[in-house]
Amino acid sequence: MHAFDYATPESVADAVVMLSDHGKNACVLAGGTDLIVQLRENRRRTDLVVDVKKIAELNALSYDAATGLTIGAAVPCYRIYGDAEIAAAYPGLMDAARLVGGTGIQGRASLGGNLCNASPAGDTIPPMIVLSGEAEIAGPNGTRKVAVEDFCTAPGRTVLEDGEFLVSLHFPAPLANSGAFYRRFIPRNEMDIAVVGVGASVVLSGDRSSFVSARIAVGAVAPTPLFVREAGEALAGQPVSDETIRRAADLARDAARPISDMRGTAEYRKHLTSVLTRRVVEGAVQRAKE
Amino acid sequence: MSKKVHVQTTINGEAVDFLCEPRNSLLEVLRDDLDHTGAKEGCNNGNCGACNVIMDGRLVNSCCVLGVEADGCEITTIEGIGSAANLHPLQQKFLEHAALQCGICTPGFIVSAKALLDENPNPTEDEVRYWLAGNLCRCTGYDKIVRAVLDARNGA
Ligand SMILES: Cc1cc2nc3c(=O)[nH]c(=O)nc-3n(C[C@H](O)[C@H](O)[C@H](O)COP(=O)(O)OP(=O)(O)OC[C@H]3O[C@@H](n4cnc5c(N)ncnc54)[C@H](O)[C@@H]3O)c2cc1C
Ligand code: FES
Ligand code: FES
Repeated sequence: MHAFDYATPESVADAVVMLSDHGKNACVLAGGTDLIVQLRENRRRTDLVVDVKKIAELNALSYDAATGLTIGAAVPCYRIYGDAEIAAAYPGLMDAARLVGGTGIQGRASLGGNLCNASPAGDTIPPMIVLSGEAEIAGPNGTRKVAVEDFCTAPGRTVLEDGEFLVSLHFPAPLANSGAFYRRFIPRNEMDIAVVGVGASVVLSGDRSSFVSARIAVGAVAPTPLFVREAGEALAGQPVSDETIRRAADLARDAARPISDMRGTAEYRKHLTSVLTRRVVEGAVQRAKE
Repeated sequence: MSKKVHVQTTINGEAVDFLCEPRNSLLEVLRDDLDHTGAKEGCNNGNCGACNVIMDGRLVNSCCVLGVEADGCEITTIEGIGSAANLHPLQQKFLEHAALQCGICTPGFIVSAKALLDENPNPTEDEVRYWLAGNLCRCTGYDKIVRAVLDARNGA
């Protein structure tokens, strides 16, 4: 690995100064499960690694049934699913937090790192999108908020400008009769990169017979995780039925723009998108009824 | 080469100070500078678990941790889990079940299994298999390893 310096700012303001001073020659370290490997394999170079884990806001984890969930950008997966109240309120997010790598990776890997790494296959991104996640960003001009679905702009690229970094992720409190679900398809049982991943959240009517609203997002089928707004909108006001769910799944499939690679052909990925979307919406409906 | 940084840690219960460059992984520091060669380098990219150690109570892949990040942390390596004269129950069960051949993956498996039993003293077979999904073995097949861990439950 090439040489670099290492800093551990203890406040958001100090981190902004360090990142601004170094511009493109600095990078942020959370759990390091992407970054350290990328530096070692010379896929990335940097003069300064800014470890943000000593900043209180980046380690905060709080849930309130009225105001929702705030996850500091560096909070590792195990702390999120290890909190019984949070796990019960956001099962769709837990589906993803529990399957990032193995136990050792989950001891370090953060949702913030997963989002900022901006892999099209990042497993936590579709569920964060369907749960209407919002990213709080700090930078030289203060803080700003960006919806998770607008955060990634290309493989490995995000809306973050020089000097900016992700502070936290916020999710609204779950509504009554709502449910969310994430599932990916991989050839193994564990420890692999998604061929396709789908997240869905639904809100059902009081008698649970129809959809009030729904959000669907798909991973690994486009340059960024994809929010398929029209697929969710097609469910709004419709009865919960095989037919309406199938139509939403077809819309998700049509929105997918996959490539062919060693994990699967574009055609295969499109087919999977439709099958998985159907199952994931059904899973979200099931949870909304529980 | 960037300046070496002074790092203070506790390793297997003993205070340990070391100097390292920010680019050195915790695995490199343990093996090359501190002579704790129990943790192995298998893949050096987070996939195999041969380098696993317990850091502040959490299982981590030490190849994906910088040595400088260990400052102020408590680390348990395989060297802290048992000794030849006084085997940990997991080590005893690995022997009894012949859960190893070349042994390269074994320290990682035992450290990972120790972290599991610390948190959940009575895991199911499914829980053991999922917990150990990040540990790879080229030789033995996983069945004997899983059986050894199951047999070490509660005894650990
Ligand atoms: C063996 C293995 C298995 C894996 N399995 C999966 C998997 O199943 N699914 C999956 O999605 N991923 C997987 N990953 C990838 C990785 O673990 C995840 O993307 C993880 O969530 C990254 O989080 P981190 O905290 O480790 O990020 P880091 O490695 O610390 O950072 C990742 C990137 O984001 C930037 N960054 C981090 N935090 C911030 C911030 N607050 N502000 C601005 N930029 C920031 C870093 O500079 C870097 O570019 C795996 C990795 C390994 C090594
Ligand atoms: S050497 Fe660290 S996980 Fe393989
Ligand atoms: S015993 Fe040889 S790799 Fe596991």
